[in-house]
Amino acid sequence: MKKITLPLTERDIEDLKAGDSVLLTGTILTGRDAAHKRLYDLIQQGEKLPVDIKGETIYYVGPAPAKPGFAVGPAGPTSSYRMDKYTPTLLDLGIKGMIGKGARNRQVVDAIIRNKCVYFACVGGAAALIAKSIKSEEILCYEDLGTEAVRRYTVEDFPCIVAIDSKGNNAYTDGQKKYCRE
Amino acid sequence: MEIRKIKASEITQRVKELFIECNYFIGEDIYRALSDAKEKEESETARNILAQIIENDDIAREEKIPLCQDTGMAILFVKYGDKVVVEDGSFNEAVTEGVRQAYEQGFLRKSVVSDPVFDRINTRDNTPSVIHTEIVPGDRIEILAGGKGFGSENMSKIAMLTPSKGIEGVKKFILDTVREAGPNPCPPMVVGVGIGGTFEKCAQLAKKATFRSIDTRNADKRYADLEEELLQSINKMGFGPAGLGGSTTAIGVNIETYPTHIAGMPVAVNICCHAARHASAVI
Repeated sequence: MKKITLPLTERDIEDLKAGDSVLLTGTILTGRDAAHKRLYDLIQQGEKLPVDIKGETIYYVGPAPAKPGFAVGPAGPTSSYRMDKYTPTLLDLGIKGMIGKGARNRQVVDAIIRNKCVYFACVGGAAALIAKSIKSEEILCYEDLGTEAVRRYTVEDFPCIVAIDSKGNNAYTDGQKKYCRE
Repeated sequence: MEIRKIKASEITQRVKELFIECNYFIGEDIYRALSDAKEKEESETARNILAQIIENDDIAREEKIPLCQDTGMAILFVKYGDKVVVEDGSFNEAVTEGVRQAYEQGFLRKSVVSDPVFDRINTRDNTPSVIHTEIVPGDRIEILAGGKGFGSENMSKIAMLTPSKGIEGVKKFILDTVREAGPNPCPPMVVGVGIGGTFEKCAQLAKKATFRSIDTRNADKRYADLEEELLQSINKMGFGPAGLGGSTTAIGVNIETYPTHIAGMPVAVNICCHAARHASAVI
C-alpha cells in the first residue's frame, strides 16, 4: 500500500503503476457532469475558470447530504466515461490526477500519457466507507447545481487503486484479461 | 368485498419508510452473495474490493446512512386493489409526497432534473418518481419500491429480436450487453432480463427482474436454467468486482417473461449494480 500526500508530484506520478493500491492524503477537488460542462464551456469561450485546477486531483462525485454529526455524506465515485469529452482539455490545462470508476476512452488515455497524469479508481458503491476518509468539505463554486457543485475535500488515507498510470498501463483491461475464462 | 378507505397520509408514510429502508439496508440475499464471492475469489484485489463493499454495507446499516451516494430515481411497482379508495388526497400525490419526505428527511441524494435535454435543473426533492400501477382485485395496496442508480441504468439495452434468432440470439444479446457494460456499472452486478411483451413491456419486465431477490429462480425450469447458465457465462468474462479483474462479475441473473407477438421476441437487459436496493410493503 503506497501512501501519497497531495498535490501529486512528478515523482509520485512516475512511481505509480497500474494496479497499485494507494492511500491519498491532502486536498482534492470534486466535479462531475454538469460542473465539467460548465468548466469546459468557459474554456471554449476563453474565460477564466472559477477554480484553479493546476496540479489538482479531481474526484468525480456527487455526494449525498451529510447527516448531522457527519463531516460529509456518503460519497462514492461516479462513472468516469461521462467526463471523457471534457477530460483531455482539463488535463492539458493542468489537472494531474483523476479519481472515478470505470473505463476511459482513447483520447483520455492519450491525454494522460501526454501530460503525465494518473487516473485512480475507487470502489463504486462503497460510498459510506469512502466518506470515512473525507474529513471536511467546502463548496468552491456552482452551488446551484446541488450535489454537482464543485467542492474541496480534505482527505486522509483515501483508498484507491491506480487504474491508468502515466505510461497508459490499464488495470481494468489487465485485470479483465487475467481472469477471462472465455 | 367492501370498499376500503385508506388515508393518503398512510400511503405517504409507508412510501417514505420504504425508500429510506432500501437505501440504508442492503438485502440479505445480496449481502450473502457478496460474502460468498469473497471466499471464492482467486484475485487478492477482488477479495479486498469485496471486503470494502461488505464493510460499506455494514457501516450504512449501523450508522443509518445511504450505502451508495446515488440513491437513485425512485421507482415503484404498485398492485392497487380495485376496492381501495384513497381518502384526503390522491394516490399519486401521496406517493410523491412520500418520496419527497424520504429523500429530504432520510438524507438521500436528490438526483432528478426537471427536463432531460434543455433545462436539466435539479428538482431538489428527487421527484417525480416512476410509478408502475397495476389494478388487481382486492382491498389492499402492495408496493415494491426501489432506488435505481444511473451508473448501471445507463448500461441497459433493449433489442427487438425476431423469432428466428431463437435462444442463441437471446443469450448473445444479453452477454454482449454485459460485456459492453464491462467495468462501468459497479460490478458485481445483478442482471435483470425481460423477454417478450411489447417494446415498453419488455423494458418494464427487465426492471422488475432486478427488483426480485437473487435467491429466487424463474418458476419455469427452462428460464431458471437459463438464469444459471448466463450467470456462469458472465462470470467467465473476467471483469470482476469493481471491474478490476476477477471471477465475480455478476451475483445474479433474473429473467421475467411475458407472451409476445407472432413476429417478435423482444429482449431487454436492465443492469443493476451490487447495491440492488428494493423494499416492499402491503397496506
